[in-house]
Amino acid sequence: MTSGRVRGVVAVGTHLPHWRLQRSAASAVLGSSQGKGTRTVASYDEDALTMSVEAARRALRSAVAGTVPVGSLWFTTSTPTYLDKTSATIAHAALRLPPEVPAADALGPRGAGMALCGALRSDEPVLVLAGDVRSGPAGSPEDREGGDAGAAVLVGSSEDGPLVGEYLGGASATREFLDRWRVPGEQRTRAWEERFGQQRYDELAGAAWDAALKDAGLDVDQVATVAMSAPHARAGAGLRKRLGAAGVDVVGDLRDRVGFTGAAHPLLLLATLLEVAEPGQVVGLIALADGADVFLFRAGEGTPASPTSAEQLDAGDDSLTYARALSWRGVLPVQPPNRPEPPRMSASAAERRLDWKYGFVGSRDRSSGAVHLPPARVSFVGGHTDDMDPAPMADVPATVATFTVDGLAWSPSPPVVFAVCDFEGGGRLPVELTDVRPDDVSIGMPVEMTFRRLTTADGIANYFWKARPAGGRAAGRPAGDAPGGH
Amino acid sequence: MGSHGIRDRVAIVGMGCTPFREHWDRGTDDLVVDAVGEGMRSAGIEVPEVDAWWLGTAQSGMSGITLAAPLKLEGKPVTRVENYCATGSEALRQACYAVASGAYDVACAVGVEKVKDSGFQGLNAFPIPNDGTNRTLTAAAMFSLVAPAYAERYGVDPGELRRVLARIASKNHANGAKNPRAQFRREMDVDAICAMPSVAGMLSVFDCAGVADGAASAVVVRAEDAHRYTDTPIYVKALSFVAGNGSGLLDPDYDYTHFPECEAAAQDAYAQAGVTDPRRELALAEVHDCFTPTELVLMEDLGFSARGEAWKDCEAGVFDLHGELPINSDGGLKSFGHPVGASGLRMLFECWLQLRGEAPEERRIDTVDRGLALTHNLGGYPGEMVSFVGIWGNRTG
Repeated sequence: MTSGRVRGVVAVGTHLPHWRLQRSAASAVLGSSQGKGTRTVASYDEDALTMSVEAARRALRSAVAGTVPVGSLWFTTSTPTYLDKTSATIAHAALRLPPEVPAADALGPRGAGMALCGALRSDEPVLVLAGDVRSGPAGSPEDREGGDAGAAVLVGSSEDGPLVGEYLGGASATREFLDRWRVPGEQRTRAWEERFGQQRYDELAGAAWDAALKDAGLDVDQVATVAMSAPHARAGAGLRKRLGAAGVDVVGDLRDRVGFTGAAHPLLLLATLLEVAEPGQVVGLIALADGADVFLFRAGEGTPASPTSAEQLDAGDDSLTYARALSWRGVLPVQPPNRPEPPRMSASAAERRLDWKYGFVGSRDRSSGAVHLPPARVSFVGGHTDDMDPAPMADVPATVATFTVDGLAWSPSPPVVFAVCDFEGGGRLPVELTDVRPDDVSIGMPVEMTFRRLTTADGIANYFWKARPAGGRAAGRPAGDAPGGH
Repeated sequence: MGSHGIRDRVAIVGMGCTPFREHWDRGTDDLVVDAVGEGMRSAGIEVPEVDAWWLGTAQSGMSGITLAAPLKLEGKPVTRVENYCATGSEALRQACYAVASGAYDVACAVGVEKVKDSGFQGLNAFPIPNDGTNRTLTAAAMFSLVAPAYAERYGVDPGELRRVLARIASKNHANGAKNPRAQFRREMDVDAICAMPSVAGMLSVFDCAGVADGAASAVVVRAEDAHRYTDTPIYVKALSFVAGNGSGLLDPDYDYTHFPECEAAAQDAYAQAGVTDPRRELALAEVHDCFTPTELVLMEDLGFSARGEAWKDCEAGVFDLHGELPINSDGGLKSFGHPVGASGLRMLFECWLQLRGEAPEERRIDTVDRGLALTHNLGGYPGEMVSFVGIWGNRTG
């Protein structure tokens, strides 16, 4: 922290899925209390990667972040798309990062903390993405207390622009012990008796906290608020008590409305901290995951990404039925329409149109201005050949020109809601809608593009874009039918 | 440069058409043998007398061998063609041009589709390897986009439009009920159709074409040779085809209330045939009623109704069997069924029967004296479509 060049958070973005499950809905099905409040549920076309990409798009859209040259990208999750393939490169493509920027996965619950540590110690802008889909057998702790989310942090230096969080110092503590584990391919997370983990976490969290204060040269009473990400309620309880006694405000960990979002949770909490902190306030993030990572920041003048996590919390639709939530995770398989399943995508065809498929970049004819989605070589207006510029459309608003609901087409969650979407400034694409109930679609409805996982075939996840109602329009809708209707 | 057509230069002198059914007991080979056999008998010739063959099948077989093998042809050219749901018309069009060119004396066009061996409902296209960004909507849903767009543009109450569409289906069911070769032979009233649950947009299964197996064939010769085979040949007046460039999917100006490809194909065909007032000059038209909104919009694209007026004409019975211009007197795709590669030839088969006065009494049209019939066959979806229009007559000149 010398010579005026301060490391810190340039931007944070979050993605909370549109769909929420009231835990009482699960209680009604299972016949035993599944707790209060709601959890977020990734839609059938979302996964850790898509949610992370959505969060990163928001972070990078903030005025400052858009100009920062990202030096490297880390993607962390406990629910990766692939094992023998990197998922981060898909985010790299969706975010249209240049080829010289490396992208890699950091798997497991500790990934976010470690990636953040590394980013803060680096001397280049680093983009850290985290996402997780927490599920398990019906009624399991992950099903009940888990949540799904994506979060992204762009770490850089004060030279990159006003920081939303200036890094003051931090520390880690690590010791091998067994608390929670899930075997690759298994649906269920197993757990040791929590009281054992509680004791280990108390020791590790306490040690890391003390070391972090020392590293930052701070006394505890200089810290305004902290957030603690912990795999279960007992983990970190001792430190929480200590901090409370010292007058530090320990903010809620979103368990009541989001759930514990696993690998995404530390960055999700960091975002909520920085979104509400007053400039100058010191905030702390304590991430407990097979060890403890503590980070101390001074809130800066930078503006949070839009929509904030609070805004997303207030939007969304909590009328999701428990059966549908389980079916989306494969816990409750449902009968698909009697139509052929989609074939796997072609790797070479996808790579040829990388910027279209992952970046949603069309082309614009130089002479007529006509936008082509997908990009074309010959213009449909005037017929000029190879006279087009790239037309990035992912952030361009659109409206519904006409629409239909297809109850016959194959879908992981029928029916397919489909609309012909016209983009502001030109361009049309007939495309699937998502995060919407069939009855809520109307001609003229404003929509925005969102990166989704359409299907999976032969183990290949097919990512592309869909449209969804702009700006969480479904907010405040009374509970009713399940999404997708009948 | 120009589209000149081959008016009155070639004639159809024999046709065959299998019943369109769920032919669980018949394969592609059987259907081909049946349809060609009937066509040969109709023309009074034997298979070896045909000099060249065109086979239309969308996905029941590849290459000319799909036809040559079951018929055991000896040293004859067979061209397999595919052009979406207009495949049968494409085979016919090529056979006509081959004869008109003087390359062959006798050509035969055959269309076949064995759709019921897939194990799935509806029609399903071969997956061509792609980047995974193509939409995967059903045809029903793509065509369902037309209904709300039409209602909005012309200020038709959606409930009213629902009844108009049901009336189209009901008419085609009534016609099909009188046709022993049709797949569905049950009359359906408008209220019953309106009461069906929707499966795609406002469309129910009764707004969709029947999915059937079937085959049809046509024997084509030079017009001057036609009377060697039959006293009542049917002459080619016009053949037109437009392959859309898909701009409807890109162009925000396209409004889903018309099919420009069909309009253009019709204009070309009318010019070739010298038709200026199709509603009054045609005795009948067989149109591609894959879904009820398609038939509605086609009445305008083909010039039978003014823009925005087809829904009223449909309601007024203009296109009924004994209306001003009978449309789909054989039941259409809706009731006759839609074996993709065969449908274009099936349409011609109805014109063949009606223009020769051979249609059964109960569905014989009153307008035969006009002497001209139109077949319209499309493939694809609103926004990216291929369209065929053929005009046929029972006399030259």
